[in-house]
Parts: sequence; C-alpha cells; structure tokens
Amino acid sequence: MPERIPVVEKILSANDRLALENQARFEVARVFAINIMASPGAGKTSLIEQTVRGLAGRLRVGMINGDIATSYDADRAQAAGATAVQINTGGACHLDAGMVRSALGQLNLADLDLVIVENVGNLVCPADFKLGTHQSLLVASIPEGDDKPYKYPGMYRGVDAVVINKIDLLPYVPFRMDFFKQGIEVLNPGVVQFELSCRTGEGLPAWLDWLERQVQTFKTA
Amino acid sequence: MLYNKGLLTQKAAAVMHELAVTESILEIALRHAREKNARRITGLYLVIGQWASIVDDSVQFYWDMISEGTIAQGASLHFRRVPVELACLDCGQNYQPSSEELVCPHCAGTRVQVRSGDELRLEAIDIE
Repeated sequence: MPERIPVVEKILSANDRLALENQARFEVARVFAINIMASPGAGKTSLIEQTVRGLAGRLRVGMINGDIATSYDADRAQAAGATAVQINTGGACHLDAGMVRSALGQLNLADLDLVIVENVGNLVCPADFKLGTHQSLLVASIPEGDDKPYKYPGMYRGVDAVVINKIDLLPYVPFRMDFFKQGIEVLNPGVVQFELSCRTGEGLPAWLDWLERQVQTFKTA
Repeated sequence: MLYNKGLLTQKAAAVMHELAVTESILEIALRHAREKNARRITGLYLVIGQWASIVDDSVQFYWDMISEGTIAQGASLHFRRVPVELACLDCGQNYQPSSEELVCPHCAGTRVQVRSGDELRLEAIDIE
C-alpha cells in the first residue's frame, strides 16, 4: 500500500540557497549587485551601455550577461567599459543562481563596486529564480503596451525598481501611463520608477544618481 | 541526473523554466523518499498558484522525461491550482482580480495584500 508522506517544501528552495551563497560573496567583497530583467527589445542592453558610460569614473562596473546563444550583448557592455562575463544559457529562458555562481568565478570582485546581471529577455521565467543580487530592476518600454503589469504580475511584484524606457516614443504609440502605473501601484506599492529614453538621454541622470546612491549606501553600511 | 540535458536543450527550441522547476521537484521527492527508505514514488502533490507562471503540461512533459530510470518513474503528478486572491486594505473585502483589472472592484482601492496565488511547493508524496 502506498503511504502518503508530507513534504511541504518550496520547489525552488535549492536555487534560493545558492542565491544566498552568491549574496554572501557579494557582501564579503562589498560589491552591490543588481539583476536587470525585461522582455526582449525593451532596452536592457542599451540601458546597461548608458549606465556603464554614465558611471565611468564614478563606479567600477562588472557585468554578467545571460543570453540564449550569443555574446553580442556582453560585447556591447565591454565596449562601453565594463568587465563582462557571458553566460550562454544553452536555450534556457532565465538565469539561475548556479549560473551566476559560475560567472562569479570569472569576475574579480575585489576590483568592482557594482555588478550588473543582465537576465535573459523574458517577462515570465526569470521572476521565480533568485540570483543573490541585492536588488532587481525591471525595464519596461512604451511600445510593449500599457497592459504588461496586468499580464505579468509575477514579474512586476518582485522587483525593487522599474525603468520605463523609450519615453521619446510616447507621442507616437497609444500608451495610457495612468493605467500602466495603476497596475504597478497595486502589485508593488511605492516601487521606485524612472521614466527615461536611452536614445535621447532624457531622464537618465536620475536613474544614474539613484543607482550610484544605492551602491554608496551599501558600501558605507 | 540520468538524462542528457545537452541533448534536451538542442531538441527544444527554448527550454522553459518548467524544466528547472521539474528538476527541483524530482530532487526534493527523491530526497524525501530516500529518508523513508522507499522503493517507489507513486504520486506527487503539487500546489501551484496562478501567479507562479507554471504550465502543468510542461511540468508533466519534463517529468516523464527526467523521472525515467529513477524510483519516481511512472508516478502521477497531482496539481492543485490556487487562484489569486487579493485583500483590499481600504475596504477590507477580498476579490479575485481579472487579467485586465487589478484594483479593488468594490472601492477602486489600490492598496492590497496578496492572500494566495503565488504558491510553488511540493506538499506530499506517495511512497511504497
């Protein structure tokens, strides 16, 4: 006769444990880490390029880039001045804590102030997998439409900040900013938001200042 | 793991996160079965919230593939889906949001607490 035994375990607890180990490595090295997530084409890589350039001389930035098959994005970050490590996820739709751990072996944390982890472009899968970063950022963009918080609540709930990119396209694309922000407000009350355009540079300084402040606050804590 | 992940990833255009989730389910189930010296696992009881973004069929697909050759081969997966329920902090009423509207339908409040819907756990297993 089969016997039913209780388990009651969170399914991703193994990943959560690895994430805690990653976070401990960041803590020891006093490096602030941020996980950047978005749908494909929202502008993650452009934002990272602008961020690396904008923080040049202010912070030493390292980058871990998750991509299904190419190193194109890591190359762009490297060209902008970051130390970049590429993780090819081999078809997987998200980064997990184990992949970040392997990448950390290739980064000299002692030489860095900030590590930016660029997740795989996807609004579903990365939400469940903690990486061990201190904060996570979602890059939304105007052409994606204003209904995204409603369609991807898991993603919008779990982040510490939201960048709304491509605001230079607002005159050309139907996008109800109020509706969009109301969705965010329900899912993630008070979350920090930045409206900017990586193309025109509008709004970038506020984002850069905020990020630098997060790093400095972390390092002096 | 007994299966060839490289082969699997080559075959699938994009491996969904359900593969990683299913691997964790198998690992947890095998560990608990080992602790009880079980010969077989015949059933698994999963609790998955609507906001956990997990597709049952995908989990089943990967399960059939990765449980092969383990003591959990052939075990049936029982899914209990939990709908999202929000509690409005303004008027105190509970409601289930639609996919187009998240604010409270009773008072249009936006301050809410998630009461259920993001579960992702293995509750129990049947062993022999």
